[in-house]
Amino acid sequence: MGKQLIQTHQYPNGLTLITETMDDVQSAAFSIMVPAGSIYDQTKRHGTASILADLITRGAGPYDSRQLSCALDDLGVQSHEGANSAHITFSGATLAGNLAETLKIYGEILKAPHLPENQFAASRAGAEQALLSVEDDPRQKALIELKRRSFPAPWGLPTDGDLADLPHITIKDIQQHYQSCFQPNGTIIGIAGDVDFEQVRQLVDDIFGSWEFAAVREEPGLVYDQEKVFFTEQESTQTHLGIAYDAVPYGHPDYYAAWAAVGILSGGMSSRLFTEVREKRGLCYTVSASLTGMPGLGRVLCYAGTTSERAQETLDVTLNELTRLGEGVEESELERCKARAKSSLIMSQESTSSRASSIARDWYYLKRITTLDQINEEIQQLTTDRVLGYIHAHPAANFTVLTIGPQPLEVPSDIL
Amino acid sequence: MIFYKEKLNNGLQIIAELNPNAHSVAVGYFVRTGSRDETDAVSGVSHFLEHMAFKGNEKYSADDVNRIFDEIGANYNASTSEEVTLFYGSFLPEYLKTALELLSTLIYPTLRQEDFDMEKKVILEEIGMYDDLHSFTAYEKVMQTHFQGHPLGRSILGSVQSITDLTSEQMSAYHAQQYMAGNLTLVITGNADWKQVLELAHQFCDHWPAGKTERPMDEATPADHAQIIIEKGIQQQHIMQLAPAPSAQDLLRLPAEILAIIIGDDSNSRLYWKLVDTGLAESAELGYNEYDGSGTWLTYLCSDPELTESNRQRIQEIYDDVNQNGVTLEELVRAKNKLASRLVLRSERPMGRLSSLGGNWVYRQEYVSVADDLKLLNSVTLEGIQKLLKKYPLGYSTTAAVGPMTSVAD
Repeated sequence: MGKQLIQTHQYPNGLTLITETMDDVQSAAFSIMVPAGSIYDQTKRHGTASILADLITRGAGPYDSRQLSCALDDLGVQSHEGANSAHITFSGATLAGNLAETLKIYGEILKAPHLPENQFAASRAGAEQALLSVEDDPRQKALIELKRRSFPAPWGLPTDGDLADLPHITIKDIQQHYQSCFQPNGTIIGIAGDVDFEQVRQLVDDIFGSWEFAAVREEPGLVYDQEKVFFTEQESTQTHLGIAYDAVPYGHPDYYAAWAAVGILSGGMSSRLFTEVREKRGLCYTVSASLTGMPGLGRVLCYAGTTSERAQETLDVTLNELTRLGEGVEESELERCKARAKSSLIMSQESTSSRASSIARDWYYLKRITTLDQINEEIQQLTTDRVLGYIHAHPAANFTVLTIGPQPLEVPSDIL
Repeated sequence: MIFYKEKLNNGLQIIAELNPNAHSVAVGYFVRTGSRDETDAVSGVSHFLEHMAFKGNEKYSADDVNRIFDEIGANYNASTSEEVTLFYGSFLPEYLKTALELLSTLIYPTLRQEDFDMEKKVILEEIGMYDDLHSFTAYEKVMQTHFQGHPLGRSILGSVQSITDLTSEQMSAYHAQQYMAGNLTLVITGNADWKQVLELAHQFCDHWPAGKTERPMDEATPADHAQIIIEKGIQQQHIMQLAPAPSAQDLLRLPAEILAIIIGDDSNSRLYWKLVDTGLAESAELGYNEYDGSGTWLTYLCSDPELTESNRQRIQEIYDDVNQNGVTLEELVRAKNKLASRLVLRSERPMGRLSSLGGNWVYRQEYVSVADDLKLLNSVTLEGIQKLLKKYPLGYSTTAAVGPMTSVAD
């Protein structure tokens, strides 16, 4: 992979900075993860973090909402902010020379947002429109609902919130969420690109050094759903299927074996699901499985969309492929996973945004950074025995099955 | 960054922008064919053929194609538009030969009957999938209505009926006519050796049949204020509207690109502040699309059906103001900055460069480096925008509505 220059710094107030200095790029990208995600929404107030992520850029420090957007545009910043389960994340990229000015603006956003009361209604209305659009998009809804059903609450709850809760959320809830969650301790800043560590370390110190450490919050308790089969009737053209089962989380010693197992199922067009469900039977256009997780808990989430009269066959074939994995894994299948991994790891060095978010995420999950070489080595050392051993220890079983469409499907009770 | 070009005897054009420091190489075959080159009898064939390309030839089966691409860890795919079918991938530089051989086999597939029958099912599923994506339905309908009687009005996917009726013989005939080497451009960006590229191109492409098809490029003359309403029992109302805009060959396309950013980008634009920031709409955007000989302003509004009419009025007020008064210098400078940054960031990756390099060549036979592109962008003036608005004012001549509404005001 070539040598990577990755450096970290922990500030006295608990803020962590990770930088990766990259060759042959002109840009710098950042990913700022603030521990203020939707898992911290209060009961009956789901959507608070999501509204905060919108309202927080509507004016901060010396800027009003419009001035803030213009300042970022003038610096050529391509930015995005949004709430996920654990964090509100601010990410962006610009020419490296503009990084310092850009981070100063983010300092204002994080530390001195106006959270203007007169824009709260608009922000909440925007959140409502977004949720209504999800209701109209059965594919997106299937994946959101599958996550809800297969992860414990509050981690599985939709990060954009709940339509029924929105009317109850007030500006006070937003302010309170900000007060209790926006803190340097636990906040991670990942920066990658044409940057110098010492300069960035000093810059971040100047901007965020005075940010005061806040009391450590209690993490929310977990609530598991006991139901395993879900059906939502919708007059859609296709039936949308979601299937979930247990896996290991990122950071687990078997994580890369789990990654390879899912890769054999769904990595590339020679993978089993694509071959068996789409290529050999023509049952659908989209079929996929991915490994996803939260700290301490991993899941495989599968999706297929198919016309309703072929939905039962699609479900049966897909479930069969998932369970059949335990019967054996070909050497060539694993080799293809290794080749894909190597290539995507090398190519990730062409993207400052991809590296910035990787190093920030790594710190959150592992409290250290895995280099591309280390990941590649872990993957290249995998054997079919090791992958099969993982599959036997964590078989595709105890499925959660969800369908959205005109008709419910038959789910064999012995697989639940 | 060095630019190279060559033309094989059969007419295949090869262009490359190479950078020895890149980690990867991106390769694309740009085929100048799409739904506008079809007839009613074969509606959807370009896109179906794009799928069939991956079914291989005498040497490689469909399984082989998928397997070998995965063996070299390629990121690869294909796309079909109204005018271009594109087969592309990015790879590690050491796999250039394998990748180029395989991408070249896609261009002349065997079109086996059993593969054709199976893939037809997948295409029908894809049509079903898009049917559940309401903004896509709105796009298809507005294009069909706006360009009625013009080749650009043809559906890319085709209909369930046209795909069901399509035969492999019809597809073969279409392929023979449209995939002549003169209709193709091979585009390469990133880390590759030009001499090797040429050798491989000769090896894999010299035997392709020569020839080129001509495409009628008359500018469309859409009917005034045509409407199509598709009622669906969904929550949000989707409105798409089209109006004429500069073509891909028109110098006014640069000011058009900038004006679309100022008025209808998804952030910090006039539509954004009026409709999205205020929570009145989920989306309110103005896009500019360029085609051979024609162009469109595409307005997209997605909102609560009860707010749709008032939102449309708000959009119209913005358009009226812009048509009358133009934009400010501050807006122009900011939009240039925004576009310049997007251009530079996207160009950092070979895959990010591929489409603009190929697009410039296929539409205009010109090479524009990133530096030249930035210069062109900077050359746009307020006068240029005025000239554009005079010829192609913002507005709409066609409306498609998808959602609960049974009618929309004209």
